[in-house]
Amino acid sequence: MEQKSIISITNLTKEFPVGKGHFTALDKVNIEFGVGEFAGLVGPSGSGKTTLLNIIGSLDTPTTGDAIVMGQSISKLSHKQSALLRNHHIGFIFQTFNLLPVYTVYENVEFALLLQNMSSGERHKAVMEALEWVGLTDKEKSKPSMLSGGESQRVAIARAMVKKPQIVLADEPTANLDSKNSHHILQTMKKLNEELKVTFIFATHDEKVMMYLNRVVNLADGRIVSDERVMNHVKAQ
Amino acid sequence: MFKFILKGLLRDKRRSLLPVIVVSIGVFLTVFMSGWLTGVFKDMIDVNANFTTGHVKIMTRSYAENENQIPNDLALTGVDSLMSELNSRYPEMEWVARIHFGGLIDIPDEQGETRAQGQAVGMGIDLFDNSLEAERMNIPSSVVKGRIPSISGEALISDDFAEKFNVAVGDEMTLFGSTMNGAMMFQTYTISGTVRFGAAMLDRGAVIVDIEDAREAMDMQDAAGEILGYSKEGLYDDEQVSVIKESFNSAFTNPDDEFSPVMLRLRDQQGLDEYLALSESISFMMMLIFVLAMSIVLWNTGLLGGLRRYTEYGIRLALGEEKSQIYKTMLYEALLIGLIGSVIGTALGLSAAWYLQTYGLDFGDMMANSTMMMPQVFRAYISPRLFYIGFIPGTFAMVLGTALAGFAIYKRKTAKLFKELEV
Ligand SMILES: Nc1ncnc2c1ncn2[C@@H]1O[C@H](COP(=O)(O)OP(=O)(O)O)[C@@H](O)[C@H]1O
Ligand SMILES: [Mg+2]
Repeated sequence: MEQKSIISITNLTKEFPVGKGHFTALDKVNIEFGVGEFAGLVGPSGSGKTTLLNIIGSLDTPTTGDAIVMGQSISKLSHKQSALLRNHHIGFIFQTFNLLPVYTVYENVEFALLLQNMSSGERHKAVMEALEWVGLTDKEKSKPSMLSGGESQRVAIARAMVKKPQIVLADEPTANLDSKNSHHILQTMKKLNEELKVTFIFATHDEKVMMYLNRVVNLADGRIVSDERVMNHVKAQ
Repeated sequence: MFKFILKGLLRDKRRSLLPVIVVSIGVFLTVFMSGWLTGVFKDMIDVNANFTTGHVKIMTRSYAENENQIPNDLALTGVDSLMSELNSRYPEMEWVARIHFGGLIDIPDEQGETRAQGQAVGMGIDLFDNSLEAERMNIPSSVVKGRIPSISGEALISDDFAEKFNVAVGDEMTLFGSTMNGAMMFQTYTISGTVRFGAAMLDRGAVIVDIEDAREAMDMQDAAGEILGYSKEGLYDDEQVSVIKESFNSAFTNPDDEFSPVMLRLRDQQGLDEYLALSESISFMMMLIFVLAMSIVLWNTGLLGGLRRYTEYGIRLALGEEKSQIYKTMLYEALLIGLIGSVIGTALGLSAAWYLQTYGLDFGDMMANSTMMMPQVFRAYISPRLFYIGFIPGTFAMVLGTALAGFAIYKRKTAKLFKELEV
């Protein structure tokens, strides 16, 4: 079942300056992710999950070691290159839904495409398709304030997916959702993972998320303490 | 992207309203104050031009040197031919001759004995030949009793003087003084009316007669103390008169002849040079002050606005925008807001200036005792400059304020920024 690697992390250490010294958030991490994985970084708060996701997403850089994402070395990317990598290949989903309140659902999703050279016709097609994936075509004209938490997070998924990225990084995506909505968005993501072969990496300590993962990477104090392939408990419907 | 920014600005009133209000107020003040100052300066310049300096003035070189003593023995001669020369060479100007004179006003009683006496501040101007002189000196509206002289032998005198010595319209007065050649002069006039200019210097002892009567009295046939030129366009234009001055002086002024004529521009006289320079620099200074003050206010509004939008910037970073792009769009937004505020502020400023141009603000009572030549009603003046001057502080301050507020975003590392903006 193992596919070719899309993310390859070697000896990655991340230190943050704290006072006169520094704090080690990630300590010599080695790990690979293959195309189409539905993997989770699991561990208590402060264990380094977000830090690792941010480095994979080239929002941050390693102190030592490196992360190779889609063949590109994160530690060597220029501002422009890292912006391009995010823009074309990586989608982000955050804990809070982070929709822009002044724009409609449609515009929030379209926003992700504005940096790419696309005609408005192409954009329209892509946005409608993404809204269809998450089942929100009827809400395209709504403002975020009119949506429920679950709907908002689905718009955020559509925004992450609309540019058809190879990798989606989801940082605690269910933390602000109730059980029903959590399952709903996890179903949606699992379906996209299976149909589009998009690699998903979660940071989470939510049991509900773990039910869907096919790989669980346990982090503690910036180190990987276990890395297990698991059978899917739940299938996408 | 531009459409997106515009939509965001229009929909997020909290984002755009405060800066638009700040810019509008600043631009309004800039435009209004400039209009007002331009008006005040223009009026003062007009009053000086109309009463004393002309847009240009021709005197003999030695008269010019002792102008305040009114040395009529040094007056211009051959004025008729000089005037026709001026009219053909510089038809864009209206040329008029004037004679100033001093002397004593003497009011006789029935027996012919002196009843009252006072210092005369005399002026001979062209009252009869359909000239604009009476208008120019604001005489029609300054007449208190009686009327402007309509035939030779009539004079207007100061109303203050008439009141003080109980002189009535129709009375006779005698003017004592000296002729151009230094001989004793006395001339009798009938008082046709009284005037009050609202300037103490003139109101103490003004005597105004037709220039031909003045020539007659002082033996100044074909002579005049000064010839004034007024642009037919009505406005003092420094460039226009500089060209005329240059051309006239090179043709007529003889450095070896102290009786040869010399032309001075308005700004060469009465310290008006500094005055004009002041009027130019004051507008500039004012604009600078408004730019600074507004920038500081907008810098702070920008900081607050930026805080509110941290989430948006975080999302945009995650979506693959570079921080420099985000910074750039902030500046575009600022430019847009600056333009909108400038349009509103300019419209308001022009309206207020228009009101002040049309109705004026009357300071007449306050300045009744001033010896300066000052207009009594302050009016704004809407010059073409007013239509664009507000846009300079408006857009500049807004962009500068935003640039300062957003500089943190530009300077910081993307990772650090994202951490702070987190989401
Ligand atoms: N910019 C930073 N400066 C200092 N310490 C940081 C910074 N970012 C994260 N940390 C620290 O690194 C550790 C790991 O953080 P994080 O990756 O956010 O953990 P998690 O997402 O697993 O809760 C935490 O102790 C956190 O306080
Ligand atoms: Mg975290």
